[in-house]
Amino acid sequence: MEGYLLTALVFSPLVGALFVLVPEDERGVWRAASLFSLVPLGLGIYLFVLFRPHEAGYQFVERYPWITRFGIYYELGVDGLSLFLVLLTTLLVALSMIYSAGGDIEQRAREFCFYLLVLEAGLLGALLALDLFLFYIFWEVMLVPMYFLIGIWGHGRKLYAAFKFILFTMLGSALMLVAILYLVGAAQSSLGRLSFELPVLYGARLTPGQARWLFAGFAVAFAVKVPIWPLHTWLPDAHTEAPTAGSVILAGVMLKMGTYGFLRFAIPLFPRVAIEATPLFMALAVIGIIYGALVAMVQPDLKRLVAYSSVSHLGFVMLGIFALDVQGVEGALYQMLNHGISTGSLFLLVGMLYLRRHTREISEFGGLWQSLPRWAAVFMVIMLSSIGLPGLNGFVGEFLILLGTFFKLRVAAVLAVLGVVLGALYMLWAYERVSFGAITREANRGLADLSPRELLVMVPMLVLVVVMGLYPGPFLRRMEPSVEVLLGRVRAARLELAQPVVKPQLSLAAQAPLRGKQVR
Amino acid sequence: MSPGVLAAVQFSWLAVLPLGIVALAAVAVLLAGARAGQDQGEALGWFSAAALAAAALPVLASLGRSRLAFDGTVAVDAYSVYFELVILFASAMTVLISLRYVAEMGLAPGEYYALVLFAALGMMLMAAADDLILIFLGLETMSLAVYALAGFARRQARSAEAALKYFLLGAFSTGFLLYGIALIYGAAGTLKLEPLRAALAAGTDHRTLLLCGVGLVLIGFAFKVAAVPFHMWTPDAYEGAPTPIAGFMAVGVKLASFAAFLRVFGLHLGALAPTWTAVVWVVAALTMTAGNLIALAQQSLKRMLAYSAIAHAGYLLVGMAAGSNEAAGAILYYLLGYAFTNLGAFAVVVALERRGVEHESIADLRGLGARAPGLSAALALLLLSLTGMPPLAGFVGKLYLFKAALDSGLVWLVVIAVLNSVVSAYYYLRVLVAVYMQEGGVAVAPLAARPALLVAVGAAVLGTVLIGVFPAPYVAAAGAALRSALSLSSPGPLALIAR
Repeated sequence: MEGYLLTALVFSPLVGALFVLVPEDERGVWRAASLFSLVPLGLGIYLFVLFRPHEAGYQFVERYPWITRFGIYYELGVDGLSLFLVLLTTLLVALSMIYSAGGDIEQRAREFCFYLLVLEAGLLGALLALDLFLFYIFWEVMLVPMYFLIGIWGHGRKLYAAFKFILFTMLGSALMLVAILYLVGAAQSSLGRLSFELPVLYGARLTPGQARWLFAGFAVAFAVKVPIWPLHTWLPDAHTEAPTAGSVILAGVMLKMGTYGFLRFAIPLFPRVAIEATPLFMALAVIGIIYGALVAMVQPDLKRLVAYSSVSHLGFVMLGIFALDVQGVEGALYQMLNHGISTGSLFLLVGMLYLRRHTREISEFGGLWQSLPRWAAVFMVIMLSSIGLPGLNGFVGEFLILLGTFFKLRVAAVLAVLGVVLGALYMLWAYERVSFGAITREANRGLADLSPRELLVMVPMLVLVVVMGLYPGPFLRRMEPSVEVLLGRVRAARLELAQPVVKPQLSLAAQAPLRGKQVR
Repeated sequence: MSPGVLAAVQFSWLAVLPLGIVALAAVAVLLAGARAGQDQGEALGWFSAAALAAAALPVLASLGRSRLAFDGTVAVDAYSVYFELVILFASAMTVLISLRYVAEMGLAPGEYYALVLFAALGMMLMAAADDLILIFLGLETMSLAVYALAGFARRQARSAEAALKYFLLGAFSTGFLLYGIALIYGAAGTLKLEPLRAALAAGTDHRTLLLCGVGLVLIGFAFKVAAVPFHMWTPDAYEGAPTPIAGFMAVGVKLASFAAFLRVFGLHLGALAPTWTAVVWVVAALTMTAGNLIALAQQSLKRMLAYSAIAHAGYLLVGMAAGSNEAAGAILYYLLGYAFTNLGAFAVVVALERRGVEHESIADLRGLGARAPGLSAALALLLLSLTGMPPLAGFVGKLYLFKAALDSGLVWLVVIAVLNSVVSAYYYLRVLVAVYMQEGGVAVAPLAARPALLVAVGAAVLGTVLIGVFPAPYVAAAGAALRSALSLSSPGPLALIAR
């Protein structure tokens, strides 16, 4: 079993997707889908239990030849970078499935469950793949189901949002494909063998020029996904128009595929370029933090507000990643989980509100503390987690990121703190307008409070918010060895950069015409 | 006659046995069709499909040999086997798709199937020919049959227009091809490809003449593969032609043309590669970009698929521009996946047509997902493969092509190509928007009621998935086909082109 644990994890949602096609009626579909969304979660927890915390390398590796002609392997593995994202994915999919069964999805339930489970397989595969070909397949497989989720079950301008989402992402990934293929070719000439395997490609020797272009190719794909300002414009549309479950998965997991991509691919493959590009990415991250917060502040639509808050929060994650030190990267990883939990929960809460009132305009609400006390209480805890109240999970991540950044680039840390303040401002202000005060609209009176199903969905989130806030040790301990490996590569590259150039630039210039000739 | 000569003659006739089977079947269908009524049309169709399947047997039997027959004009190698098999498959699929269509549209079955068989004959000849005149002969056999097929619904004005346009432009381009062949003959003194290669390697005094000839032949092929700026006929011809024939044109004609194109240019004009790859580079970029951009604006599914076929020709030309062994293998593999996927897509369009009424505007597809879930899922999968979504055949084909092109240093052309793929996603997905996200549209007959169509769509879907998920055997087959063709002109290194 353990030898095939990761394969079982990736393909169990696909099996579930086939099984939801079986039942005759919608109730059966939902029951089957909820059940099958729990299978990957169970496997994920099993993986967590078996995971050896102090090992730095990939664990549970499965490696089978697939297309030997091109050095392509079916290769899966998990380490401290991916472990918790895998858990987060399985948890969020299971919860959003259970939530959606409660009436959020009114039509075509069978297709909905099918797409959601296929999406989960794509996400898990992309997190676990150690072969660039396999990774790219899963990376693209995610797009289509999400496109359908937004386009079929979305709200408002759903087709526009769906197209914008898929075209933005495909544009990025198309360039990444070129970069992957070029990288494999360049690695072939330096290593002497054709391979798409990530561990092999880490060893490729590239010229600085090649590395720069290749880094750019990967970075654009991941930057669109994160999204880094100014490539974020698809996000507010997609997040706002998507159905609740779609928003949860988009914000909770899919955005992390971008930051995960930086940690797994862009930075370790091209550490020297990553070091060189640090000021650029830190600047973009800070802009994202402040811009996202400012725009979130003026949103009249609660869901859009949450969407823009993602731009701001992911800015923090990027800041931590490009601090390129232990605190920063671990903080970023931690913040990725926090954002998945808190923003996922916020989208669920907004979805619950929308179900009751069919509007998300902040001005339509007020005094919900009186009519929906349980909802308002849960909302408060999640909101406080999102703004980083000490004792809750958000604080740990933000603190580590700011600490890591502070030692690297003090200005960035100071400006990012401004983002924290702004974040508290827009969240608290929104909360005040929605929940406090007297009930101003008759429609808000006599609303049904959270149902048992909704509570069931929110309780795991609340538990995680508190546990991860008070007791981050078990999480950070498992991340650390892998983060150290990553930073070891960065340190080595930094040493190389610091050394005086052995071959003066003359030799580069001498090479250029030669290479030009070969190309002709 | 000495035993040796006798053996050579026997070998030669065995080599063309598949062609003979197809030709005889075509004549038989034509004769039987003259007497048969409309109700026997389906029987003629099944007979044609069976003949195509039967022709595949001697093709397979000649596998493993690598020789020239008929005094060095016909190549018997894995390359011709590869293409002949795919062409036979594409033709048989076309027949299967046509069965109900021919009956419902009231087309004359005998002539229809006979022309399909004649076209298949010409295509196979193009794949096997190792002589410029024989290539021309195959091309004409194919083209004349396809011209007639394009205008087969002669009571429809647009079908007649399509045929006329296709015929006039086609005849014009064939003139280019023939003139080019004549100039090459003038410069090199031979029409057979093997001696031509040797002559080029030795050098010629008439380089200008030769280059003019090569350029004109290039134009001839560019017309047949619908490369920009020689693509003007494509959308009208596809739209006017009976739908199964449009699929046949998009797949069969392209297969045969690329088979000959690659054999002539890649394998034998390698010595001149620096000149023609530069031209192909530009043509490839133009073809992809124009095909995809114009496809964006199409409202008719058939026209959209026509422009998409142009775009795919552009991707294939990227491989031609790369001009390496690797790229040639990629072209072979890509064409295989393309054959399955595109025939499947046209089969779905055929399935939408009912009782003589064509439903081919994208708006007609609205709400199809609810009415015909199976057909819609098939269409979605095929269109995603055409987009290049992993893990389907279209994706692996593109990956293989682009990898080969990158290895040849064509970075910018590959960037243009992948950006084009993104553009193409828009119009392919627009179809899926209609199918799954909009209401309305027209009713369709269930596929189960049309078994031949069901088989065709099923085969297309299965092929698209299998070729994509387990590409290794097909990649190996493409490579073996290429090596076999190269070993024909031994002695020589495996390098296609002196790069």
